[in-house]
Amino acid sequence: MDRATVEPRIRSIIEPFNKKEVAIADATTFAGDLEFDSLTVMDFVAAIEDEFDIIISMNQQAEIESYGQLVDAVTKMVAE
Amino acid sequence: MSEGVMQADQPQELEGEGKDLFSKFDDTIAMRENLLASGVEDPFSLVMEKVLSPTRAICNGRETILLGTYNYMGMTFDPDVIEAGTQALRDFGSGTTGSRVLNGTYQGHKECEDALREFYGMDHAMVFSTGYQANLGIISTIAGKGDYVVLDIDSHASIWDGCAMGNAEIVPFKHNDITAMEKRLKRIPEGAGKLVVLEGVYSMLGDVAPLKEMVKIAKDNGAMVLVDEAHSMGFIGEHGRGVVEDAGVMDDVDLIIGTFSKSVGTVGGFCVSNHPKFEIMRLMCRPYVFTASLPPSVVATAATSIRKLMDAKDKRAHLWQNSRRLHGGLTDLGFTLGTEEPQSAIVAVIMPDLEQGAAMWSALLSEGLYVNLARPPATPANMTLLRCSLCAEHSEEEVETILGMFERAGKAVGII
Repeated sequence: MDRATVEPRIRSIIEPFNKKEVAIADATTFAGDLEFDSLTVMDFVAAIEDEFDIIISMNQQAEIESYGQLVDAVTKMVAE
Repeated sequence: MSEGVMQADQPQELEGEGKDLFSKFDDTIAMRENLLASGVEDPFSLVMEKVLSPTRAICNGRETILLGTYNYMGMTFDPDVIEAGTQALRDFGSGTTGSRVLNGTYQGHKECEDALREFYGMDHAMVFSTGYQANLGIISTIAGKGDYVVLDIDSHASIWDGCAMGNAEIVPFKHNDITAMEKRLKRIPEGAGKLVVLEGVYSMLGDVAPLKEMVKIAKDNGAMVLVDEAHSMGFIGEHGRGVVEDAGVMDDVDLIIGTFSKSVGTVGGFCVSNHPKFEIMRLMCRPYVFTASLPPSVVATAATSIRKLMDAKDKRAHLWQNSRRLHGGLTDLGFTLGTEEPQSAIVAVIMPDLEQGAAMWSALLSEGLYVNLARPPATPANMTLLRCSLCAEHSEEEVETILGMFERAGKAVGII
């Protein structure tokens, strides 16, 4: 599964969590632009994990600040 | 698993006059000042001027019923407990001034561990200086680099801090969600060490974990299981061993962590286990090694209390009766509670927001009732809670008095 396949799937998962309908680009940050609190992060991460059957541990989440970084990380995990 | 940090986090820009390392607390300081400006008594700096019994104290000059102490079994003024502590203070002095692994293990520490082994029917027991340190120490020590810790998102701060202190991969799941836990366990790479961390009773809402199902799934997936029984010891289960006993999974759980600061009625923490290599923890666990051991009087009171809790069937029954009556009475009055049925000795009353919660807390204190005000970030889902913890020493009449206080305060503040 390449980045081009992963990206639209993440984009559709993020929709219900994007309450303020922020325009999403690779540089969009979860804490700053999307204002995700810790509970939203948990539900969002769980949705991504279920979609791709992967684990994104909190240690890994700490390294992911922007949308682009998430897509890259998931693409890499799915490939492994 | 993580790629690792290649550079340090970028510093936050410091703006304006007088900015220093404390500036990051400005928002919290402002929130506190706003709350106190509304005229409520400060919920986080109450002083107990005199303590009359496990259920009564003088606070701010007023005689107050205590309904937020975790003193579930009311052991703090038990005559045998007081006597044991007084004797130990005389015989062994006021403190050990040393680590458990150096000069800080006295006869009393061994007797306290004997009492715990007997209480739980387990092979090994290790006493820590606090419950916080027990979680911190055990979790950070056994789950190392490359291992996975799977834990409930509503876990206590000491569990999270134990995770933060170790180097394992941390994987939280939705509160009490059996399926979410199972999915995560199944996705862990083959061969990795796995630790599932659960609590018997979750202290914010007073709800119980479905341990029967969760422990089975954890074992089926090759994980070790640690259960924190801080809020159930002495009360839940036929012998007061906790939710683990009640759920019939004593033999499947690898480690039980608990505290002396609730039902036991003093301070300290412990871990009990049947693992054949458990004793090595005494040398590997830094929060056990690098701190002074509990004072002789504390371990003497703990050991005496633990032994009395083994046979405290009547007290357990009375505490259940209190919990059911308070839960039912508050529901009838129209309050929203954390659980539909009473599941433990904690009854959490959900407040509309922090302002009304603080006003209600203050009104109850004026009535002569102390409960815990719990607010984000300590609470799940950003709730403000008035958390009530019952005591086996609360009389039936006291519970009725408490309900009357809730009714008057609730109407005065406009919550019911």
